[in-house]
Amino acid sequence: MYILGIDTATRVAGAAVIGDGRLIAERFIHNLQTHSQNIIPMIQQVMDDSGITPKDLNGIAVTGGPGSFTGLRIGMSVAKSMALVLNIPVAAISTLEVLAWNLYRTEGLICPVLDAKKKEVYTCIYASNGHGLIELIKPAALSIEVLIEEISRFEGSVTFLGDGVPVYGDIIREQLGQRVLFATKINSFPRASAAAELGLAQIADSNPGDSTFLQPIYLRKSEAEITWEQKNSCAEPEMNL
Amino acid sequence: MAEKIIILGVETSCDETSAAVVADGHEILSNIISSQIPVHRKFGGVVPEIASRKHVELISSVIAEAMEKAGVAYSDLTAVAVTYGPGLVGALLVGVSSAKALAYTLNLPLIGVNHIESHIYANFLANPKLEFPVVCLVVSGGHTDLVFLESHGNYRLLGRTRDDAAGEAFDKVARAMGLGYPGGPLVDKLSVEGNPEEISFPRVLLESDTLDFSFSGLKSSALNYLNKARMKGEEVPQADLAASFQQAVVDVLVHKALAAAKKCNVKTVILAGGVASNSGLRRELSKRALEEGITIGYPPPVLCTDNAAMVACAGYYKFLRGDTAPLTLNAVASLKLGQEKY
Ligand SMILES: [Zn+2]
Repeated sequence: MYILGIDTATRVAGAAVIGDGRLIAERFIHNLQTHSQNIIPMIQQVMDDSGITPKDLNGIAVTGGPGSFTGLRIGMSVAKSMALVLNIPVAAISTLEVLAWNLYRTEGLICPVLDAKKKEVYTCIYASNGHGLIELIKPAALSIEVLIEEISRFEGSVTFLGDGVPVYGDIIREQLGQRVLFATKINSFPRASAAAELGLAQIADSNPGDSTFLQPIYLRKSEAEITWEQKNSCAEPEMNL
Repeated sequence: MAEKIIILGVETSCDETSAAVVADGHEILSNIISSQIPVHRKFGGVVPEIASRKHVELISSVIAEAMEKAGVAYSDLTAVAVTYGPGLVGALLVGVSSAKALAYTLNLPLIGVNHIESHIYANFLANPKLEFPVVCLVVSGGHTDLVFLESHGNYRLLGRTRDDAAGEAFDKVARAMGLGYPGGPLVDKLSVEGNPEEISFPRVLLESDTLDFSFSGLKSSALNYLNKARMKGEEVPQADLAASFQQAVVDVLVHKALAAAKKCNVKTVILAGGVASNSGLRRELSKRALEEGITIGYPPPVLCTDNAAMVACAGYYKFLRGDTAPLTLNAVASLKLGQEKY
């Protein structure tokens, strides 16, 4: 069983192939070049390194949000289009879960924070158990103050990771003190191999379903919708984007 | 089937998600267009972020439907062609990413197509016998360009709008009149019942030797007319306003298009872009061209609005020239006609 992992959710891009019970090939780049130009050649490279062609794939795993809106759409469009012609499933894995997977089995809580701009982070709080990661709150765009309040409801150490750490690390340390740990820099970005490993489990145990209309989980509406809803206070119920 | 060149076209430059399968550059096997107009209507115009979100949601189903309707298998395809600019960058990226993934997975050549080029090629799609040289008037919500074509892929920009595109002026005036969105077709429809000579609007021709356009003055005159009438509490003669405004736009477009034909010494003028289906423009150009011994051509309305069949057609002629793009192809929001960025 071969799974291709794709990640273009944040400033880094990654592609990986998992098969025969191991990670066979992975590329990761954080060179600040556009994902649109990088991603297909990266996929081509890991496929070639694995000695397989697209028709050998059994599924595709992609970071499904949150993250950069444009980045998410690049990864999702690539994953969906490959899956369409190959007739294989797509597992969209939360970018936050992919990040937390870098620290799976770490003692205490794991808290990925992605800089969402506008004084918010995309975040979630996880704990590890023998079977995987458990979400203690729902993934959301929260202000750092609200996140700290949420964390205060739980006990024990918390390891933070993600591109929100350089922005909010000082405030987090100030507010939560000794409980706080920060992950190493190399473990602080999503990895396509992590998406592939989580995707493999999802594809193996349960069918992720039809990916035809799959779209990223943005965790935030577009500016135009937010403004429109403010102007039309009795806003119609909207589908959750 | 084997000898035919079958191209899958993908178009996501603005608010239509489209995929099409075209054989030998003119035989449209399918042309699926999923319009997002209802989604953007409440905002009064296209919202780029919402357009991009819709494209990613719809892209697979639109491609699957195009393939199914065409009755071809992925293995029958010769190449994949995609619009990579100009347009909304986030919207373009969905189509570009998708087309590159298809080209890589199916091991097919990738062809990058300019959106304006594809509008022009809607004419070759509708009429493969069209002969060079031609002057093409490209008119849409985003563009008003006069282009001279000597041969396939050989473009010379003769003139362009210095401010608003003709379609943009239509949309803004329609919005101010409360007609809704998109405005062009609504103004066109309403103008049939009005008198085009009722209200006098300026025809801005700029300097005598230029083929450039300017529509912002005309747009302002129409908006001022509306404001004045409203301030005085007078009822606005909607149909006359629509007809007079449309006639002013059409007069300028036709004048410049025929001047371009004369300047380049060509006998054929073609129309392209969303506004090319405007009935007033088609009628006036047909009439005036006949007087001057010029032949005109335009695609049927469905091929004037954004669609992927025209992308596949432009892609076909590029494929014949061996003009393929690498898998690093990126979306280029301000791509210029005839200047590839790959
Ligand atoms: Zn267009």
